[in-house]
Amino acid sequence: MNFDEKMLRSVIEEVLKEMGSASTAPAAKAAPAASTLSAGEMSLTDSGEAAKGVAPDEVVIGLAPAFGVYQHETIIHQPHSKVLREIIAGIEEEGMKWRLIRVYRTSDVSFIAHDAAEYSGSGIGIGIQSKGTTVIHQKDLPPLSNLELFSQAPLIEMDTFRQIGKNAAKYAKGEAPTPVTVRNDQMARPTYQAIAALLHIKETEHCDRDKKPQAVTVSFK
Amino acid sequence: MKSKRFEALAARPVNQDGYVQEWPEVGLIAMNSPFDPKPSIKIENGRIVEMDGKARADFDMLDTFIADHAIRLGNAEKAMAMDSLDIARKIVDINVSRDEILDITLSVTPAKLTEIVGKLTIVEIMMGMTKMRARLMPANQCHVTNVKDNPVQIAADAAEAAVRGFAEMETTVGIARYAPFNAMALFVGAQAGRPGIMTQCALEEATELQLGMRGFTTYAETISVYGTEPVFMDGDDTPYSKAFLASCYASRGLKMRFTSGTGSEVQMGYAEGKSMLYLEARCLAVTKGAGVQGTQNGSVSCVGVPAGVPGGIRAIAAENLIAMLLDLESTTSNDQTFTHSDLRRVARSVPQLFSGTDYICSGYSATPNYDNMFAGSNWDADDYDDWNIIQRDMRIDGGLQPVKEEDVIKARNKAARALQGMFRELGLPPITDEEVEAATYARGSEDMPNRNVNEDLKAIEAMMARKVTGVDFVKALDKAGFPDVAQNIYNMLRQKVAGDYLHTASIFDKDFHVYSGVNAPNDYHGPMTGYQLSEERWEQIKNIPNAIRPEDI
Repeated sequence: MNFDEKMLRSVIEEVLKEMGSASTAPAAKAAPAASTLSAGEMSLTDSGEAAKGVAPDEVVIGLAPAFGVYQHETIIHQPHSKVLREIIAGIEEEGMKWRLIRVYRTSDVSFIAHDAAEYSGSGIGIGIQSKGTTVIHQKDLPPLSNLELFSQAPLIEMDTFRQIGKNAAKYAKGEAPTPVTVRNDQMARPTYQAIAALLHIKETEHCDRDKKPQAVTVSFK
Repeated sequence: MKSKRFEALAARPVNQDGYVQEWPEVGLIAMNSPFDPKPSIKIENGRIVEMDGKARADFDMLDTFIADHAIRLGNAEKAMAMDSLDIARKIVDINVSRDEILDITLSVTPAKLTEIVGKLTIVEIMMGMTKMRARLMPANQCHVTNVKDNPVQIAADAAEAAVRGFAEMETTVGIARYAPFNAMALFVGAQAGRPGIMTQCALEEATELQLGMRGFTTYAETISVYGTEPVFMDGDDTPYSKAFLASCYASRGLKMRFTSGTGSEVQMGYAEGKSMLYLEARCLAVTKGAGVQGTQNGSVSCVGVPAGVPGGIRAIAAENLIAMLLDLESTTSNDQTFTHSDLRRVARSVPQLFSGTDYICSGYSATPNYDNMFAGSNWDADDYDDWNIIQRDMRIDGGLQPVKEEDVIKARNKAARALQGMFRELGLPPITDEEVEAATYARGSEDMPNRNVNEDLKAIEAMMARKVTGVDFVKALDKAGFPDVAQNIYNMLRQKVAGDYLHTASIFDKDFHVYSGVNAPNDYHGPMTGYQLSEERWEQIKNIPNAIRPEDI
């Protein structure tokens, strides 16, 4: 696989260019638009500090700092816009509501998911990193535990993301769904681990320890 | 035109692995980084005021912890003043004893340790391992997991692994809530296979401690430490909180070790521009400073990172040696997959397997890799005969031995039946005869019928709520007609009261005698010293069932 710093740089430059053009688009209403960053198929906008939810029928999706903004696809080149659509579709299929937040204080997916769960009115959250690693979490569990963990990002395909959304919604409804089948491939590490490290370094560069979770609005194109 | 030879080479497994070039500024470099600190120490009024080029005022929490707890001050200035090359030469000099080396290496800083091992070739690192590991005889550890979290299969796989020779066994989960069943199944299966095997379940730390305290496990290993402050903080942790956790285990008489490894900091994005080996030396100093008896290190789950950069596999052997230079039990990884190439994976294990370490693998997958829930091991159940024959080829003790099929079937069946009986007595979802039969002959979870996962999870929740402990396993097994397995479980629980196995690098034999760095220390000092294969052990290793006997022709 060709993946070097030069390519990353060019991706980042492209995004920055798009940022410039996005600013001419109509601003999100009312909210103090902190940053609007579009990513081809989707634009994600920070709209101020996220509020803790009270609605028992919501699932909060926590995005890692670079998701859909500085990085646009998972480690196996699944576009972030499609990933998010699938998770959301899974939640909606179960008749539940969803809300997005972006977590800045950490790039650790377990803590991102736990933050999402703490902000969720149902106590159920999903955390997702740019490379695709995903966790379903519940606010009463220790941060490094989880309801379901999908640790091998190279093995998470679109149907799995939809299942993740569905199961999170079912937990939120108080059901006990059968966990999404965990896939295992011992050759994922040899192929991807060093690249995963690079992607994660690039994610972590956008962390801000002092910034609280931000509400995010999304528009799909 | 394309070269046909290059086309063939491009298709080789080794070219499916991911490689990256060094990037020292973010710590993507195995060892000897230009940004690594230079060794130094200044002591005033019995207190370190400068370490590795940093004044105390500039210490981060790791520096403070290491300076206050990890370095023996009495000999520190003298040891730090010695030339690192001289110390490196002493490590490979058979006329300098292990104790003399420890006098030096327990008195130096992480940067100094990194500099010392940086002077050694891979063969010299292996000579160092042979002399410096804590326990006289090497041993081995395995993973027992499966993709379905099927407890019957775990029990059977554990029993087989016991017959094959492993001294410790580790399980983990696909679904976190399955943990208590996995831990119970491993405990019962191991004790049905061979008395005295230690077992653990790798989990989130609070849950792991709870299972240990309730007698579901007999040791713990996955207590992670990291080489930079931000990575610690990412896990809501400090060296002090980890030391506190270690003391929780000690207070309950549970063996435990920390775990760390090259590549974790850069993997988590906070390497602060230091080499992987230097950061690992800091982890090991934290481990020593916390008073923990041992470490699992050797990159472990981050192995793809050092393996992707130049000299990374040498760095992994070097970090194992640093653990030994700190008189820690060395549990030397050789676990997680890092390559598609069979040649690379054998070469990666040569230093630890040929030199012998306290636990060569941590662990060897006791199932086919498709069932390994640590994302695959460097060695798996399909490699058992390769391992045995490499031992026979090289006349080394890698902790395993050839076995007879009928012995394995018998052990697997007994373990599955014991678990079946224990589940029945504890009122847990039944294990059917069909499951017992499948587990007896299974290669992996593809051969196992599916269990009702939701019923299992509900039963687990109820069992944990009614405060079931290891003592209940003993009673249930006895009632179910397995008094010998019950006795073995009881004996293991009793060890927590005796505490002898808390000493460095402990293992048990089948009579529950402890061998550790204290009562069986490594006394290697050149040819024909240290651990020598007994005639009996060599017979066991060399007699593979498929060797033709001359008298039969």
